[in-house]
Amino acid sequence: MTRVFVSKDMASVALGADGLARAFADAGCEVVRTGSRGLFSIEPLVEVETDGARIAYGPVGPGDVAAVLDGSHPARIGAIEAHPFFASQQRFTFARCGVTDPLNLADYAANGGWKGLEAAFSLSPQEVVDAVKASGLRGRGGAGFPTGIKWQTVLDTDADEKFIVCNADEGDSGTFADRMLMEGDPYCLIEGMAIAGHAVGATHGYIYIRSEYPFAIEAMREAIARSAGKVAPFTLEVRVGAGAYVCGEETALLDSIEGRRGQVRAKPPLPAIEGLWGKPTVINNVLSLAAVPFILAEGAQAYADVGFGRSRGTMPIQIAGNVKNGGLYEVGFGVTLGELVDEIGGGTASGRPVRAVQVGGPLGAYFPPSMFHLPFDYEAFAQAGGLIGHAGITVFDDSVDMAHMARFAMEFCAVESCGKCTPCRIGSTRGVELIDRIVAKAPRESGALEAMPQIRNTKGAARTHDEEIDLLRDLCDTMKYGSLCALGGFTPYPVLSALDHFREDFGGASALPEAAE
Amino acid sequence: MTDLEEIQTFIDRFVRQGMRGALLPLLHAVQEEFGHVDPKAVPLIADALNLSRAEVHGVISFYHDFRTAAPARHVVKLCRAESCQSRGSAAIEAELSRHLGVAMGNSRKDGQVALEPVYCLGLCAIGPNALVDDRPVARIDSAAVERITSEVEA
Ligand SMILES: Cc1cc2nc3c(=O)[nH]c(=O)nc-3n(C[C@H](O)[C@H](O)[C@H](O)COP(=O)(O)O)c2cc1C
Ligand code: SF4
Ligand code: FES
Repeated sequence: MTRVFVSKDMASVALGADGLARAFADAGCEVVRTGSRGLFSIEPLVEVETDGARIAYGPVGPGDVAAVLDGSHPARIGAIEAHPFFASQQRFTFARCGVTDPLNLADYAANGGWKGLEAAFSLSPQEVVDAVKASGLRGRGGAGFPTGIKWQTVLDTDADEKFIVCNADEGDSGTFADRMLMEGDPYCLIEGMAIAGHAVGATHGYIYIRSEYPFAIEAMREAIARSAGKVAPFTLEVRVGAGAYVCGEETALLDSIEGRRGQVRAKPPLPAIEGLWGKPTVINNVLSLAAVPFILAEGAQAYADVGFGRSRGTMPIQIAGNVKNGGLYEVGFGVTLGELVDEIGGGTASGRPVRAVQVGGPLGAYFPPSMFHLPFDYEAFAQAGGLIGHAGITVFDDSVDMAHMARFAMEFCAVESCGKCTPCRIGSTRGVELIDRIVAKAPRESGALEAMPQIRNTKGAARTHDEEIDLLRDLCDTMKYGSLCALGGFTPYPVLSALDHFREDFGGASALPEAAE
Repeated sequence: MTDLEEIQTFIDRFVRQGMRGALLPLLHAVQEEFGHVDPKAVPLIADALNLSRAEVHGVISFYHDFRTAAPARHVVKLCRAESCQSRGSAAIEAELSRHLGVAMGNSRKDGQVALEPVYCLGLCAIGPNALVDDRPVARIDSAAVERITSEVEA
C-alpha cells in the first residue's frame, strides 16, 4: 500500500488538507497525518513515499490524486529538503515538524526524541541549568531574558513546591510558531518542560494555551496523556485562556491560572521567587522550552555555535501578512530583514512594492524598506527603536495607510488593556481620539474651560496640526514610561515608528525626509 | 432557559475533581455544556468554589470569551489583526457584514448568525481568516464570503 503524508495543522486544514487526506484514503493509500512543513504557498501538500524517499506535490487538491500517484502531476516539488525555502534553514527546534506523526511515540523516539531528557536525567539539576546557560538561550516570548539565569533563580529558591509554566498564549498577530510546534511536535514541548522540572525541582507543569487554538489544545492534551509514563513523576496539565491578549504577560497569566481576572502583578517579587500560588515558578515561552531538548541532546555548544552577537542559536521566524512565501523559517540569528522579506519571502503576495513591515506583533515597530539591512538580533532591533518580540514579521504593500495602523495599535491597546494603570487604560483611548483628529485635520478647539481666566497654562486657542502631533508624541512618552507592563509600555512603538518613518500619512506640511540610508 | 438544578448538578460533578484554580476551567465547561454562563449560575459557581459573587462576575466580565446570553445558531469569528489587515480583511469584513446582514460584534435579530471579532488565529500568512462555527477558513475572498453566507443561512 502506498504511504502518503498530509498535514493536519490548523493552517493546512483551513487550506483544505482534510479533503485531500480523504481523497488519498479513498484511493487506497495509507495516509499519515503530520504537522506542517511550514511553507503555505505549497499547501495543501502531499508527500508520497517512493523507494524509501518522500516526493512532495503541492499545492494539490482532491482532484489531483491520480496524477500525483502516477507521478505525472505538474506541481511536483521533489524532496522537500531540497526546496530553496527549506534548504537554507537550520531546523533545531522544528526538526521533526512536518516529518513525523505528531502523536506517535515510536515515531518521536525514532527521530531523536527523549534524548535530551535522558541526558538531563544523567546530570545533576545544576549541570542542566549550566548547560542551558552555556547555550546562550534567551526567552523567545519577547523579552529575550536568559533562560538559564531564570532557571537558576528557581533552582536556588527553597520551597515545598515549584512549578513549570509554559506560556502558549501566542497572542501576537503575525506569529504562529508556538501553535505549529504544539500541533506538529507536542512531545518536544513536553520533553523540554520535563527537563525544566528536573533542573529546578518542580514536579508539576501547566501549559496555558489561548482558546483561539483548538487544534493545539487537543494535540497537547492527547500528547500529555500518552507520554505520562515517560515523564513521570513530572505531571502536566493544559489550561485554556479565554480571549484576553494581556494574559500572555507572565504575571497576568499566573493570575488567570489561579482563577482570577488576568491583571498584571507589580514586580518584584519575580515569578521565579513568588510565582504561581506564591511558589517559585519557571515561566517560559513554548519556543524557549522546546529549544531545550536539542541543547541537552546535542550539547550547549552546538546551539551556541549558531547566532549573532549576544543572540545565540536559532529563531523560528514567522513570515506573514502580504507576502508570497509566507510561513515558518527557522534560522540562526543574524539574517537581515531584507533577506527575510525580499529573498525568502519573495516580496508581497499582491505583487505591489513592500512599504512597511511590522516586526514583533502588535507592540512591534513598523520599518520601511530603507531599514532592511537590520540583522535579526535582539540588540540591533532595540537600537533601531523596535523589538524582535516573538519573531513574527508582517509585510504590508504600498496600499497600507500607516496613520490607520497607528490608530489600530492604540485601539488594540484600549480593547486589551487589563485596566490596572492609567497611561494604558485611558491613554490608549485618548490616543485613538487624537489620531482621529489628526487624520481628519480637525485639531481640538479650545473648550470653555481653557477660556476661563483662572486657567493660565493653556493658550486658549485651537491647537495646530503640529501641536496635535506633538501631543501624540507626548502621550506616547507617558505611556512608554508610565505603564506597568509592555502592553501600555510598547504600544508607542508601532505608533511612533509609523509617525517617524511614514509621516506623510499623518497629513500636515512637515513630512520628515526618509530615514537616513 | 436552562434549568438551575441541571447547572447545579453539573457544577457539583465538576468541583468533585478538586482542581486548583478551577474557576476558568469551570466557566469554560459550563459554557460548553449550556452555550453560555447564565447570570443566575453565578451564585452557584461562587458557592461551589468558595468565592464571592463579585469575584465570579469580575472574571466573567473580564474575559472576552465568556457569554452571559445564549449565542446565535452560527458564529463567524473574523480576524481583525494586522496580518489579515495587510491581506485585505477590512474589505472582507464590510462584505461579510453586508451579506450576513449584521454589524461586526453583533448577533442578527433572528438569532441565526453572529459576526464576532477575533484578534489573530495564528494563520497569518494565509489571511483573511475566520472561524466559522469553529472550523478554520483561510484566504477569504468574495466567493468565500458567499459560501460562508449560504452555509450559515442553511
Ligand atoms: C501584553 C503582553 C503579552 C505577552 N504575550 C506573550 C505571549 O503570548 N507569549 C509569550 O511567550 N510571552 C508573552 N509575553 C511575554 C511574557 O510576559 C514573558 O516575558 C515570557 O512568557 C517569558 O518567557 P521567555 O523568557 O521564555 O520568553 C507578553 C508580554 C506582555 C507584556
Ligand atoms: S500597561 Fe496596560 S495591560 Fe499592562 S498593567 Fe498597565 S493597564 Fe494593565
Ligand atoms: S492576523 Fe489574522 S490570523 Fe493572525
